[in-house]
Amino acid sequence: MSDAQFVPSPATHAHHPAQAHHFDSLEQQQEASTLGMWVFLVNEIMFFGGLFMAYLVYRTWYPDAFAAGSSHLNIPLGATNTAVLIISSLTMALAVHAAQTSWRRGQIVFIILTIALGTTFLVIKAFEYADKFTHHLVPGPHFQWPDEKLRAPVEIFYSLYFALTGLHALHMVIGIGIMLWLLWMAWRGRFDAEYYSPVEVSGLYWHFVDIVWIFLFPLLYLIGAHVRHV
Amino acid sequence: MFQNLPLFPAQASGFAGQVDALYFFLIAVSAFFSLLIALLIVVFAIRYRRRSPDEVGAGITGSLQLELLWTIVPLGITMVMFLWGAWVFFTLNRAPRAAMEIYVVGKQWMWKVQHPDGQREINELHVPVGRPVKLLMGTEDVIHSFFIPAFRTKFDVVPGKLTTLWFEATKPGRYHLFCAEYCGTKHSAMIGWVEVMEPAAFQAWLSGGAGEGSLASRGERLFQDLACHTCHMPDSQGRGPVLDGLFGKPVKLQDGRTVVADESYLRESIVNPQGKIVAGYQPLMPTFQGLISEEGVLQLIAYIKTLGPKAAPGPSANEPPPPAKQGTP
Amino acid sequence: MHTIATHTRNYINAEYGVMSWLLTRDHKRIALLYLGSVTTFFALGGLFAVAIRLELLTPAGDLVQSETYNKLFTMHGVIMVFFFLIPAIPAVLGNFLVPIMIGAKDLAFPKLNLLSWYIFMIGASFALWAVVNGGVDTGWTFYTPYSSVVSNTQVIAAAVGIFITGFSSILTGLNFIVTIHRMRAPGMTWFRMPLFIWSHYATSLIMVLGTPVIAITVLLVFAERALKLCIFDASCGGDPVLFQHLFWFYSHPAVYIMILPAMGVISELVAAGARKNVFGYSFVAFASLAIAVLGFLVWGHHMFVSSQSVYAGMIFSILSFLVAIPSAVKVFNWTATLYKGSVSWQTPMLYAYGFIGLFAIGGLTGLFLATLGLDVHVHDTYFIVAHFHYVMVGGTIMAYLGGLHYWWPKISGRLYPEGWAKFGALIVFVGFNLTFFPQFIVGYLGMPRRYHAYPEEFQVLNVMSSAGASILGVGYLIPFVYFIWSMRYGPKAGPNPWGAKGLEWTIDSPPITENFVDTPVVTEGAYAYTHERMDVV
Repeated sequence: MSDAQFVPSPATHAHHPAQAHHFDSLEQQQEASTLGMWVFLVNEIMFFGGLFMAYLVYRTWYPDAFAAGSSHLNIPLGATNTAVLIISSLTMALAVHAAQTSWRRGQIVFIILTIALGTTFLVIKAFEYADKFTHHLVPGPHFQWPDEKLRAPVEIFYSLYFALTGLHALHMVIGIGIMLWLLWMAWRGRFDAEYYSPVEVSGLYWHFVDIVWIFLFPLLYLIGAHVRHV
Repeated sequence: MFQNLPLFPAQASGFAGQVDALYFFLIAVSAFFSLLIALLIVVFAIRYRRRSPDEVGAGITGSLQLELLWTIVPLGITMVMFLWGAWVFFTLNRAPRAAMEIYVVGKQWMWKVQHPDGQREINELHVPVGRPVKLLMGTEDVIHSFFIPAFRTKFDVVPGKLTTLWFEATKPGRYHLFCAEYCGTKHSAMIGWVEVMEPAAFQAWLSGGAGEGSLASRGERLFQDLACHTCHMPDSQGRGPVLDGLFGKPVKLQDGRTVVADESYLRESIVNPQGKIVAGYQPLMPTFQGLISEEGVLQLIAYIKTLGPKAAPGPSANEPPPPAKQGTP
Repeated sequence: MHTIATHTRNYINAEYGVMSWLLTRDHKRIALLYLGSVTTFFALGGLFAVAIRLELLTPAGDLVQSETYNKLFTMHGVIMVFFFLIPAIPAVLGNFLVPIMIGAKDLAFPKLNLLSWYIFMIGASFALWAVVNGGVDTGWTFYTPYSSVVSNTQVIAAAVGIFITGFSSILTGLNFIVTIHRMRAPGMTWFRMPLFIWSHYATSLIMVLGTPVIAITVLLVFAERALKLCIFDASCGGDPVLFQHLFWFYSHPAVYIMILPAMGVISELVAAGARKNVFGYSFVAFASLAIAVLGFLVWGHHMFVSSQSVYAGMIFSILSFLVAIPSAVKVFNWTATLYKGSVSWQTPMLYAYGFIGLFAIGGLTGLFLATLGLDVHVHDTYFIVAHFHYVMVGGTIMAYLGGLHYWWPKISGRLYPEGWAKFGALIVFVGFNLTFFPQFIVGYLGMPRRYHAYPEEFQVLNVMSSAGASILGVGYLIPFVYFIWSMRYGPKAGPNPWGAKGLEWTIDSPPITENFVDTPVVTEGAYAYTHERMDVV
């Protein structure tokens, strides 16, 4: 039969300990991980995309209500969080660099910094949420808005606000979980110039979550917030 | 036997024939291609059946000509279907302006019908033969769909919207009325009859029982009860826009857009007044969402439509009449 | 001929014990886990269908209460769509065959593959919990506001179940995409890949791009119901039709998740059954991608009478006609493949013939629904019920059964009884047509779908349908019985009982855990029946 000649298995030379048996080489394995993460991120874009679509439709329908709703969000806190996340992306990138250069101490330090910044983001977010609770801005039976005429569409705005930022925060929590695992692995010295793809693909995920926030901040906090409302 | 086994629905509206013609065309195309495929499969499978266990087929890999043939031919046929279907769809969606208007509200699980002269009916719809009828439809709860198979038409009623449906009945008789969009427990009981009557019989039926006054007069009462008249005065002195002569006219909005004051616009302006603010007015009007029933909204619309340009001309009475596009969809 | 393996070790007897299955990372074993799961769900969904058909024997709603009937068709739809049709071919046949067909030892992410199955089972548990605790009555489409604020059934559990199960689908798609890109054996170029792989690649794209949108959509319904957010509710200015847009943005492509893998199976069956190259290989391959891409642009054709604009309707209509073209191209190419072939009449081919004919009818009646003026009448009637059952049952399930017969010797290492199998295929074909053809007629007459009771003049056609359903049910039981039987008593299968081409037929039946002793090197196309003779071993 001509379509299937066979080559001897490359099992003869020594494998990197991290290489799974079904890959022919560590390089193939790393390429697969990276591609897998990119595909996953495309999926994530569609996931948030559905919500952004809803936001777009309602923003077009109710521009005044959305502007009014925006102006009750805390721009300084939102801006701080934006800065926090951007810096965390930098520390993440440095952690990847440390892995690529087999610098174990650097990996540990930068991963810890990333975790710390991610946690800072979540804490600030928690304060913002608490503020919304005390001001009855959480959609549902207790939702209150001074201007009765805008109440309903502002409730939509806050529904989308909580859905978008809540999902984003959930991604942050998952991201911090991944970072803790990376920290454990880095502590045990698993990453080096030859094998660093877990750090690299986790970094891709982290940057993605960061970028989502870069979209959320202007859409929710900034656009129309300067418009004076009744 | 065929009494119990109908194979084809009654044709009782102006477009039943058009839709059926389209249907037969598609059946002809489908039958031709299904039979062609089936025949080819059977012929090939018999003619070229495997005669020995180790036989292989001929080394044919494909043919560009054939691929082009069976790409272009179906493309051409489907484009005919598209154009024909779109043309019928436009007919279905464009009600003649002279159409008689009847108001329909769906709620779990009944159809409530109000005629302009005041008759109300539930799960029944009386219409005259040979006259275009336009239904203005709303819903009090979930999505329903008003479906008359003998007329070959249906349209959804959607919360928060006013939708329309029109037909011209051509044959007196009693026809099924169904709710076609699943709406909960008694979805299959949300059915009724459409009674198509000769014009004279319809007139007699109309004059039968209009106890509570016409739809517009009930709308007028509601207009007073809700104190709409305190702002919407007929002489542009009020805090709200003048409603007299408004219907069907273009309206300039605060944000620069111009919209035609059709039924959907009126409905939206009652339940969500902040959505479209008329140029030159303050956004003062409260929402009436939840304060009036869907039927009440339709009565108000019916009333506003009767308001002719009496005292003051509409905001733009000197502009040409709006285009004939009245259907919401 | 290469050596017939002398070792008797294979993936089934490599390890023993329940945990060796529950913790396996072998794609073939995971395929069998899925096989067990989806078969169970098929049986469950089938039981709901039986109850539906029994109720519809008489015009009055007299067998069950309308509340119960509404739950029956909802659970039938939810289970069949999300827990049978979507996973059936990709997660069972695809899982088993994708790595083997491209010459890989496993999928790129074996642990993720096992995780997909667990996620599937967790999602399914939520759905089953909903069934046991009172059921759901929204219809599988979950239209708001009925689902979000009106219905008082277990919508939340069902929505959570679908949300979770969606991730199983996403991870399977992701795994396939990466595997097909990165794990192909030396010489396995894109245009040497079997068409089964092409169609699974296209399916995976839809899974990854579409499924997250349904996930977020049911999550919003969940949030509106459980957390009282306000997204689709018209009472605070939301738009119920926006839900339909988001829902169909996934759920129309989901139709192609269900049918594209079936098309891949049919391409394999036709090539092996005619011992010929699939006619117009590259056209069939690109047709899969065209369907995947165009499939994302046609969702609005579910909403021609939902108050979207007339012009939007026209755009969705013309795009829907365009998506019919690649489907037509495939049907013509399969038919042409038989020409001058060495055409087999064995069971897999019987299912393939059935598929081509029934899918042709299902596809052509799809044109009725894309035609604007005609859809207004047939929308939400039994016409549409008949249409999608022709595609889903006449198409996908026929292909699934055909594929299961074709690869059964590879999966189980045993041959099934050919005579019984032919008989079963015939019964399924007859029962299917008797069940669903009358529904086209009763649909055009105007019988709306999801009706618990109906006017008397529709009864004769409904009785025909119910009679057909009982035949169809028997038809499905026959293969179930002999497949089980053959696992123990069937004659042992050789590596290539069909005399077919393809890497899966070069290895043992059943294969060893690593699939290949040595990595294969591919030197020719997928269906190169270039030799004078083809050995059956």
